[in-house]
Parts: sequence; structure tokens; C-alpha cells
Amino acid sequence: MDMIAGRGNMAEQNTDKAAKVDTLSDRRVRVSTRDVCVFYGEKQALYDVSIDVPDRAVTSFIGPSGCGKSTFLRCINRMNDTIEGARVTGKIDLDGDDVYDPSLDVVELRSRIGMVFQKPNPFPKSVYENIAYGPKIHGLANSKSDLDEIVVSSLRKAGLFEEVKDRLHEPGTGLSGGQQQRLCIARAIAVGPEVILMDEPCSALDPIATAVIEELIDELRENFTIVIVTHSMQQAARVSQKTAFFHLGKLIEEGPTEQIFTNPVHKQTQDYIMGRIG
Amino acid sequence: MNSLVVAAVLLVLLGLAYQVGWSRSRTVAVGADRRLHSRPAYHGTLAAIWVLVPVALVLGLWALFGPGVTDSYIRSQIPADVAASLEPAQLNNAMARIRSIASGYGVLGEPQPFENQAGQALRQFQLISFLIVIAAAAGLGVLALFAARRRITPALRARNQVEAVVNALLVACSAVAILTTIGIVVSLLFEAIRFFTFISPVDFFFGTVWNPRFSTTGTGGEGDYGLIPLLWGTVMVAFIAMFVAVPVGLMSAIYLSQYAHPRLRSTVKPIIEVLAGIPTIVYGFFALVTVGPFLSGIGNAVGLDIRATSAATAGLVMGIMIIPFISSLSDDILRQVPKSLRDGSLGLGATRSETIRKVILPAALPGIVGAFLLAISRAIGETMIVVLAAGNSPILRLNPFEPTSTVTVTIVNQLTGDTDFAGPQSLVAFALGLTLFAMTLVLNVAALLIVRRFREQYE
Ligand SMILES: Nc1ncnc2c1ncn2[C@@H]1O[C@H](COP(=O)(O)OP(=O)(O)OP(=O)(O)O)[C@@H](O)[C@H]1O
Ligand SMILES: [Mg+2]
Repeated sequence: MDMIAGRGNMAEQNTDKAAKVDTLSDRRVRVSTRDVCVFYGEKQALYDVSIDVPDRAVTSFIGPSGCGKSTFLRCINRMNDTIEGARVTGKIDLDGDDVYDPSLDVVELRSRIGMVFQKPNPFPKSVYENIAYGPKIHGLANSKSDLDEIVVSSLRKAGLFEEVKDRLHEPGTGLSGGQQQRLCIARAIAVGPEVILMDEPCSALDPIATAVIEELIDELRENFTIVIVTHSMQQAARVSQKTAFFHLGKLIEEGPTEQIFTNPVHKQTQDYIMGRIG
Repeated sequence: MNSLVVAAVLLVLLGLAYQVGWSRSRTVAVGADRRLHSRPAYHGTLAAIWVLVPVALVLGLWALFGPGVTDSYIRSQIPADVAASLEPAQLNNAMARIRSIASGYGVLGEPQPFENQAGQALRQFQLISFLIVIAAAAGLGVLALFAARRRITPALRARNQVEAVVNALLVACSAVAILTTIGIVVSLLFEAIRFFTFISPVDFFFGTVWNPRFSTTGTGGEGDYGLIPLLWGTVMVAFIAMFVAVPVGLMSAIYLSQYAHPRLRSTVKPIIEVLAGIPTIVYGFFALVTVGPFLSGIGNAVGLDIRATSAATAGLVMGIMIIPFISSLSDDILRQVPKSLRDGSLGLGATRSETIRKVILPAALPGIVGAFLLAISRAIGETMIVVLAAGNSPILRLNPFEPTSTVTVTIVNQLTGDTDFAGPQSLVAFALGLTLFAMTLVLNVAALLIVRRFREQYE
């Protein structure tokens, strides 16, 4: 629980931002990982990643393409289980409970840790059914009107409702790429997860839709723990309180977002942020 | 021997032509502004095609008319008085003997002097005619090669011409398949129409009695040709087969595609597919010898009268035959459903079985229905199992534990033994065949349409 405090150098360097750091390090740790390595067959994709994800805050993962951000994200809700030949070592805790404990119920874990995938993957069902799917299997709605309510509010939060309100019963696969992305976000928040993992949720969105999603993330932060992978430095700076920089499968540096962007310890981090690696 | 020579000559000519075309195109291309339109390889191929056409033409003509020419030569070698004294059958026999003597195989009994003479002459004639044909073919080929060589200029669009030839070749090959199909359908249609001159279509399609009396005289006594009992038998057996095969096949497909470890899958799937490779006659006697008695034994034990050969026996065994068909096709279709959909569902906290029931199966449903339809058309067309195990009793009965008969079995019955295709007794086979064809055609087209719709969804 006191892992963040243990990373002393961060706190020291950011004395001017003390208030911010304090609020962050005071936070409960939701997800904590220690020495996580991931192998795809023989190939190692992640090397000894140790990081703490604070509660009720947005943590962003940045780094060049192929550095293992998605891989690491998938470890947290054990989606790597579904990949042939993927192997995870190390320790990942959610609220202090080992996520890889054999006695743990993966299905329950995934209902607590929601995920928005890098590639939009709407089901070949109607827009409505796409969103109602999760609440239905978890029995979150007692009546049809409850369900309608969940669907509409999820779509609203994802900034999609106005665009699709007349086509709720048309296939979700018929939406545009960006609309599908927002549909998947709406689908993930409809089940009310405690932790939401978002893999480049705005990669196909225009600035206005991006702003809506960022607003949503900001709002969700009040009650949930959010991890977001992004290729946009501005986005990481805007929405996140904590940032982790990955490079070639290693966690190079992590800390409060302000510090990473204004005063990074490692040269690699600085180079990346300035656009010199990538 | 002869064909070897022909092949050798052809190969040499084609090789030469390719070489000539290739090097000629390079020669004409010298000079800065004389870029070849096509690569030398295309010029070579085009020259080879130019050579191939006249050679193939000559050889083809000889293959077509050679035998006739040889025949008339043989006849001319038989002395006129001998020929006059022989019956047509004897004449044919003598000609065959002469041919055998010429080829050196020898003949039964002592050859007559005129046969020996004619044989020797034929031998020479064959040699000379063969040489002439080969020489003509090769000569024309060489002429064509010269013509082709003269055509070669840097601007010659050899590539486009070769592509056009290849294109035409492919079209011709697919035309063979299509023409065969059309031919079969047309002949079915014409013979069926001949059948309908004996029996009215209404009596055939709506009659409920099947009793085609075999009249040895071929006149009168036509009997009853009601399709309904056969159709009912076919549908019943196919339905029982699907009743067995669909659940088992689908479940095993789901297991293989969603649960089984890839290593297990890669061993189990081929084993299941071996089931599909077992000849249906083997299934047939398996039904007759094992399953039938077993079913009637069970019937005895519970006090039911179950016949050993019945719709149930045939349907059950046919179902087993179809299982690999359904499981293998469905497995492929289920695995075509993108993994991202499965991940999306699992990521929302759905269980594996929820994911399969609510996301994967609905997404794959059109394809799976297509697989079912293909399996049904397989069941409807299946013959051997029902011949052996259904009891061959073309009577309209509802009880699946009674013997029955199907369209395919009846076709076999109507065509075995002496048939002269003059009376309705054997012509009915064509009408039945046409019915069967129409049924499977409709099912296959439906299956294809459904499968295509499924493909469009993901590709
Ligand atoms: N299913 C897989 N099988 C094998 N290797 C994989 C698999 N998924 C990812 N990898 C490899 O693991 C490494 C990290 O991939 P990952 O998808 O985590 O990168 P990323 O940081 O998310 O990149 P991007 O920003 O492009 O999405 C890459 O080298 C990739 O090739
Ligand atoms: Mg990624």
C-alpha cells in the first residue's frame, strides 16, 4: 500500500507541485504490479514491470508503438489468458488480492475491471443490444425500462446518443469507426466496472468527440480507477494524474503526470515526450 | 512408343520456339529507344503458343480421322472375293485379326494368308502414315515458328496476348464443368419428359401408391407411380439423420473451436474427418449387421416391435455418417468469428458459455445453417445406407420403426436388372433423379446464399 511513497525521488523533485503529489500518493492503490514479465511463446514482450495504479485517478501509459502498453493492460484483467502461448510471470494485485490466484474467478474479475479494446469490436448485434449485453448477463436491470435507462445513459456519457438515437436497433457494425469506438466505450461503462482499462480510446475520433470522451474520463475519475493508453502526449497531459512511460517492453519511468511532462528523470522519457523517439 | 515420339517432338519444338522467341526479342531490343513492351519470357511463351496451335491441330485431326482412314485401308487390303464371301460380323472379326497381326500381338488360330499379307501391309501403312503426320505437324510447327519470329518487334504486345490465351484456357476449362452439368440436367429433363408421356405428372407428384409392375412384355400394365411414399421416406430418414447429427456435430464443433487445446484439436479433428472418409457401403453393412439388430433388441426389451431394417436404423447410421460433415464445417465457421468479438464479450465479464451462446453462435449462425443445409442435401442424396438398412418398402407409413424406402433406393431398384428405357418402369428413374436434383439444388443454393451473406459480414 505504501509503494508510491517508496518512490522517493519523484516526491523530492516535485516539491513545487507538492500539493498534487500528495493527493496522488495519499490515494489507495487499486492495482499494484510487481516484476511482471510477459512472454509470447519464446519472445519476451514485457520486462519486470512494477507500478501502482491509484484509486479514483487516471493513469496513462505512453510509449512508442510495440513497446508493450496493450500487453500490460491486458495482464491486468487477464485478457492475456485468451492469447495462445502468452505467459505472465510476476505479481498483480487488485485491492491486495492476487489476480493470478488459481482460485480467483476470472469472470468476476473482468466484470470489475472493464476494458475498451484498441480495435473497436462491436458485436454483430443492434446498437441497443451491444450495450444491453453486459447489464443483461450480470442481471443489472430488473425491468425493460431499467435496461433502456442504462443503455441511454451509457450512450449519452460516451457522446454517442445524439448520433444513434434513431438507429438504436440497427447493427452496431454499421456505425463509422469512431462511432464504433464510442459504442465500445459505452458498452464497457454500462456494466459499471470499478476499474476501466482503455486502450487508445480516441484513436479514431475527431477533436470534438475526443473532448467528449476526455470529459467522460474526467467524470468517471470521481468514482472509478482509470488506466488509459494513448499516443497523444497532450491527451495524457490533459486527462491523467499519473503517467508511465514504456520503451521496448520496459517501464522506463513513472510518476505524477506533471512531473513526467515537465521534469522527467530519464533522457529517454524526455526524448519521447519531445518527439525524438517513436 | 508412338505417343512417346510425339511427346518428344512436341517438347523439342516448344522448347526451341521458346528459346527463339526469347532471344529474338532480346536481339530486336538493342538500341536506346527500343524498349521491349513485354519481357522476353512472354515473347518466348507466345512463340511456343504459335507453334503449339498448328501442331495440336494436325495431331488432333489425325486422332479424329486416323482410325477411319486406317479402317478403309484395311478393307482395301482384303481381297474382293474374300470380302464378298464374309458376313459383316466375320468381316469385322477379320479386320480385328489383321490389326492384331500388324501390331505383333498374334492371333488365335492359324492366320489365313490374306490376313498375314494385309497385316504386313497395314504395318507399313501405319509406319508411313505416322511419319507423314509427324512430319506434317513438325513442318507446320516450324513454319509457324518462322512466322512468329518475324512478328517479334519491340512494340509487340506479347504479354497481353499470352494473358489472353491463358484467360481463354481457363474459361474453356470452367466451360467443361458447366457444359457437363448442363448436359446432365438436359438429359435428365428429356428422359423425364418421356416418362411423363406414360404417366401424368399429377399422378407422379401427388400419387400415394408406389407399385410399378414390371411387365415383361413392355406393353400395358403400367402400375402406380406415386412419388409421395418415396418422398416421405426420404424426408423421414433425412430428418432422423439430422436429429442425430446436428446436436452431436454442433457440440463437438463448439468444443473443438472454443474449448479444446490447439494440440488436442489438431489431433482430434483429423480423426473425426476420417469418419467422413469411410465408404458409405461400409456404413451400410454396419447398419445392417450391427445397428439394426441392436435397435430391434432394445425394442424387444421394452416391448416395442422394432424392425431391424427401418427408417430409424438407416437414419441413425446416416446421422453418424454426417456428423463429421457438420462438425468440421461448423468448426471452421466458428473459428472464422473474429477473436476480437470473443475478447469483447469475455472482457465484459461474460462466461465462456455465455460468450458462445450469445455472441459467437449468433454471429456464426448463417454459416452454420448453411452447413446444415449442405448436410441435409447430403442425406437426401445418400444411397448405399438406405439400400441396405431401410428395408426397401415403398409404402406410406408414419412409424419410423417400420421399413421404408427412399427416392435413391427406388432409382437403384428401377435400374438394376434388365432395362430397356422404353417403358415407364425404367424411365421413372429419370423423373426421380430430376426430383432429387431439384431438391438438393434448392438446398445447396440456399446454403450458398446464406454462407455468402455470412462471409460479407466479416471480410
Ligand atoms: N498476440 C501476440 N502474439 C505475439 N506477439 C505479440 C502479440 N501481441 C503483441 N505482441 C508483441 O508484443 C510486443 C508488444 O505489443 P503491444 O501490442 O503490447 O504493443 P503496444 O505498445 O500496444 O503498441 P501499439 O501502440 O502499436 O498498440 C510487440 O512486439 C508485439 O509484436
Ligand atoms: Mg496497443
